[in-house]
Amino acid sequence: MNRSTYILTAIVVLLFIVSWTLKAVSLSGEVDDNITRGFLITISAFLTLAIFSFLYKDNPFYKFAEHLFVGVSAAFWMCQGFWSTLVGNLFPRLSEGLSNFFMVPYQYSPYNITYWIPVILGLLLLMRLSSKAGWLSRWPLAFIVGTTAGLNFIRYLRSDFVVQVSSTFVPLLGNESHPWTGIGDFFSHLSLSASGQFMMILANWIIFLGVICGLIYFFFSKEHKGVFGFASRIGIWVLMITFGASFGYTVMGRISLLVGRLTFLFRDWLEIIS
Amino acid sequence: MKRLVPLTITFIVGFVLIFSVFLPPAEGLDQTFTLYFDIIAVFAFFLGGGNLMRVHINKLRRQKKDWGFSVVTIAGFLFMLAAGLFKIGNPGDIATAVDTQGSLFKTVFDYVINPLQSTMYSLLAFFVASASYRAFRAKNREATLLLIAAFVILLGRTPFGMMVTGWIPDSFSIFQIPNLAIWIMNSPNLAGQRAIIIGIGLGVISMSLRLILGVERSYLGDDNA
Repeated sequence: MNRSTYILTAIVVLLFIVSWTLKAVSLSGEVDDNITRGFLITISAFLTLAIFSFLYKDNPFYKFAEHLFVGVSAAFWMCQGFWSTLVGNLFPRLSEGLSNFFMVPYQYSPYNITYWIPVILGLLLLMRLSSKAGWLSRWPLAFIVGTTAGLNFIRYLRSDFVVQVSSTFVPLLGNESHPWTGIGDFFSHLSLSASGQFMMILANWIIFLGVICGLIYFFFSKEHKGVFGFASRIGIWVLMITFGASFGYTVMGRISLLVGRLTFLFRDWLEIIS
Repeated sequence: MKRLVPLTITFIVGFVLIFSVFLPPAEGLDQTFTLYFDIIAVFAFFLGGGNLMRVHINKLRRQKKDWGFSVVTIAGFLFMLAAGLFKIGNPGDIATAVDTQGSLFKTVFDYVINPLQSTMYSLLAFFVASASYRAFRAKNREATLLLIAAFVILLGRTPFGMMVTGWIPDSFSIFQIPNLAIWIMNSPNLAGQRAIIIGIGLGVISMSLRLILGVERSYLGDDNA
C-alpha cells in the first residue's frame, strides 16, 4: 500500500464515523438502540459502496469487502449446516445425551446405528486435509457421487424427460376447453385471454414443432442437410429466442437487485427518498 | 484399494437407489440417503472452512501479496463462527433457531452478508449491459431474433412497454409489449427451454449410468492406480 492509499483509507474511516454519527442522531427519536442501528446501516452502506467501487477498478476497498464476504459466508454455511443438519437431524438419532444437551427430541429407532455411516464418511472426508491419508476422502466422495447419480437418474428420467416429452404432445386443433369453432372465430381475437383461440393453437404448434426442431439441432449423428437441416435451422431460431428471453429475464433480475441496493442507499441510509 | 473401494461404493449406492423405486418396502430409502448426503455435505462445509483457514493462514505467515486482506477473511470467519456456534445474542435457550431475529448471527447476515451478496449480483447488471452492447449486433437472422426477444422481454417488464403500446385495442392485445413478453416466455421460450431440458435430462441419465457402472472415473483424481 502506498501513501495515497493510506490517506484515502483515513478519509473513508473519517467519513464512516461522520455518517455513523449523523445516522445515529437521525434515528434517535425513532428507535432505542440508535447507535447500534446507525452503525449497522452505515457499515451496510459502506460495504455496498465498496463493492460498487469495483466498477471504477480493482481497489483495496473492494478487496476488503470481497475477503470479508468469503470469510463470513463460509462460517455462515458451516453454522447453518451444524445447527440444521447435525443438531436437527443427526444428533437426535445418534445419542440421547446429545439430544438432551441440544434440547432436541430424541428419535429412537433400531436402525439409528446406520447414521454412523455418514458420520464416519464425513470424518473420512476431512482426511482430504492430510497429505498421507488424503486418498481416504475418495470413499465419502464415492458415496456422494453414487447418491447423486442414483437419485438424479430417477429424478431426471421422471421430471426432465418423461414429463417434458408428455407435455410437448399438446392438442394442435383445439381441445375440450377451446373446441374448434370455425375459421371465422379463429382470427377474431388476438389476445392472451381464454377466448383467443388462434393464439392458443399457435402456441401449441410452436411448442410442439419448437421442441422437435430444437432436439433435431442437438442431434449430431446425422448431417444437417435437406429437411433435417431446415428443421435444425428452425431449432436454432427457437433456441435463439429462448436465449434472448433468458438474457432479458436475467438482466431484469439483476436490475431489480440494483434497484434494491440503490433504494437502500438513498432511502435507508441517506434518507433522500421516502 | 484406492480405486476398487470407491468404485464399489458408487456402484452399490447408485444401484440400490435406482432399484429402491421398484421395491415398495425400500420406498423411503431415497430420503434416508438424501439425509446421509446432507450430513456428509456438512462435513464438506467444515472441510471448506478448514481449507479456507489453511490457505489464508499460510498467506499470512509467509506475508504474501495482499496478506492484510487474509486477516479480514480470518477475522470475519472466526467472528461469524463464534456468533453462530455459540448463538451469541440469541434471545432464547439453546433450542432456539440460530437465525432468530435479534441474534448476532442474524444481524451479521442482514447487515453484512445480504448487502454484499445482493450488491455482488447487482454488479453483474453493469457487466451484462456492457457485454451486450458489444455482443448484441443484428449481424444475421439468428442474432436479430435473440436481440428482439431480449428487447421485448426487457421492455415488457417495465412500465415503458405498456406506455408505448397501451393504445392497441383489447382484441389485438397480444401486440401490447407486456403481453408479447408473456407470450414469448410461454411459447417459443418454453419450446426452447423444453428442448434444452430434455437434452440435459438425457445427459444426466447417461452420465449417472456411466458413474454407477464405473465407466466415468474422473472424480477419483489422477493418481487412481
